[in-house]
Amino acid sequence: MWGRCTAGQRGARKGNKPRQSLHANCRRVVTTNSRPAFLMAPALAWLIGLMVVPCGLVLALAFFQRGIYGGVDYTFTLENFAKVFDPLYAGIFLRSARIAGTATLIAVVIGYAAAYAIASCRRSLQPVLLFFAVLPFWSNYLIRTYAWIVLLNREGLVTQVLRWFGYTGEPPSMLYTEGAVIAGLVYNYLPFVILACYAPLSRLNPELAEASRDLGGSAVTTFRRIILPLTLPGIAAGAVFVFVLSIGNFVTPALLGGGRFQMIGNLVYDQFLTANDWPFGAALAAVLIAIMMLLLLVQGYAADRASTRTAQAREEA
Amino acid sequence: MAERSATARRSGTTVLVLVFAFLYIPIAVLVALSFNEGGLPTVWSGFSTKWYVSLASNADILHAALNTLIVAVASTAIATVLGTLLAIGVETRRRRGTVLEALVFAPMIIPDIVLAVALLSFFSMLNVTMGLHTIVMAHVVFNLAFVCAVVRARLKSFDWSITEASADLGASGFTTFRRVTLPVILPAVVAGALLAFTLSVDEFIIAFFTAGAGRSSTTLPMQIYSMIRFGITPEINALATIVMAVSVIALAISQRLNKGMVGQ
Repeated sequence: MWGRCTAGQRGARKGNKPRQSLHANCRRVVTTNSRPAFLMAPALAWLIGLMVVPCGLVLALAFFQRGIYGGVDYTFTLENFAKVFDPLYAGIFLRSARIAGTATLIAVVIGYAAAYAIASCRRSLQPVLLFFAVLPFWSNYLIRTYAWIVLLNREGLVTQVLRWFGYTGEPPSMLYTEGAVIAGLVYNYLPFVILACYAPLSRLNPELAEASRDLGGSAVTTFRRIILPLTLPGIAAGAVFVFVLSIGNFVTPALLGGGRFQMIGNLVYDQFLTANDWPFGAALAAVLIAIMMLLLLVQGYAADRASTRTAQAREEA
Repeated sequence: MAERSATARRSGTTVLVLVFAFLYIPIAVLVALSFNEGGLPTVWSGFSTKWYVSLASNADILHAALNTLIVAVASTAIATVLGTLLAIGVETRRRRGTVLEALVFAPMIIPDIVLAVALLSFFSMLNVTMGLHTIVMAHVVFNLAFVCAVVRARLKSFDWSITEASADLGASGFTTFRRVTLPVILPAVVAGALLAFTLSVDEFIIAFFTAGAGRSSTTLPMQIYSMIRFGITPEINALATIVMAVSVIALAISQRLNKGMVGQ
């Protein structure tokens, strides 16, 4: 037994928690060698059977032709991907990217400012503020979107506030515009950005900012050269999240855009539920996944760079 | 952060007031108008709870609510068992696998629409008749990932030597799990289950695609979606208020349990 223990110890991960006794590690090695696989099997089978295989299937579908009557004709083709770059659909992609990009930018600016303000509060107050900032995120997405219909419709609160300030003209049409869609997206995903930006901000060593000030750095320089680079991973995580979920969204454009303009999500929806062109819908879904993976790679790169910087800063200190 | 000037503090407070106003005014207006006497959903004309009463006699909504409850309870039950076992398995594994981590993480970040169309193609290709059971199967996918994440966070600070003590005293693997491991991680398991329940109750897109034809397996979010598309009514406001209250209460309990975890 001891022999296996030491072998296990040697093989154990560097990150093994120090509080675990030697004894505890032995135990894990000896008795749990075969058990983890057994424990994980049902869940992994579920994930593979109902996520990996279906996603692989959709990816495969993208390479087949659409059948004459809407089914799938199993002949290999790259047409579906070519169609994605057709001016008509490329236009929808560009519009989706523009709307998602604008929403991301606004959400990151507001979210970062809010996270910064929370992180600057008293320590005891921070968890409470954070909890209430994230709370709306856990209510139903449709309801949060519906709330904006109630606000923005012609007789909604916004119009009434304008009237109260003496506005007498026609009620402004705010609903069913691109602006309404962007507002809805920002509103829905802002809590996540706050959460993502708060994590690195709360871990920030205040001495770094002090050191910068002592060395004559202005507030702007300190922010730009010290605080911003160190908190970039949080910003990147939040931004990727908002962008990916916005660009694939079909609920917000349908409800707040009034179905007047499509985004990629609506396009995917149509291919599967109305146009019945599954291979093209599958190609669109594949492109969505590709965009997501690309952005996650960028985010991973930002996180790596930031951790290198932190390490450097620590060494220099 | 370090002590700051009065100006900085004031601007911080201003930012927070504005952001919280932005986050809560839409919800507050929605809830307030659910108690509106008049039929117009946006103009106040007096306090009334009649829209809640009319909800209770709306057969479509009650049916959808029952479906939602069935889906949420079933998918939460399955996901809690599978997710907890998965978490213990992953945490007791000696080697970390990148593929395994990605597989466990993927359901939390994959866009809903992608999983939805993938499952729709999958089920129809296998000629599976879709209904509540397929929604449950789909919901378990992301629910088990969330349960697993919550339980894993708790296991990170778990002292595995106590399971060894139990085994040394002659307990079987199952007895050790039931009498030692489970009581310690139980708050996290319950917190994970509540989170899964909330997610399932609120989930719309995947349910919409895997519900199959016909109205028999309509869930509450699907019902809300079609009502919203039809127009604004005070009834939606009342329904929205109830759904939000349920989510918030479940989340608040989950959060409390999680906090208790840190203290242990």
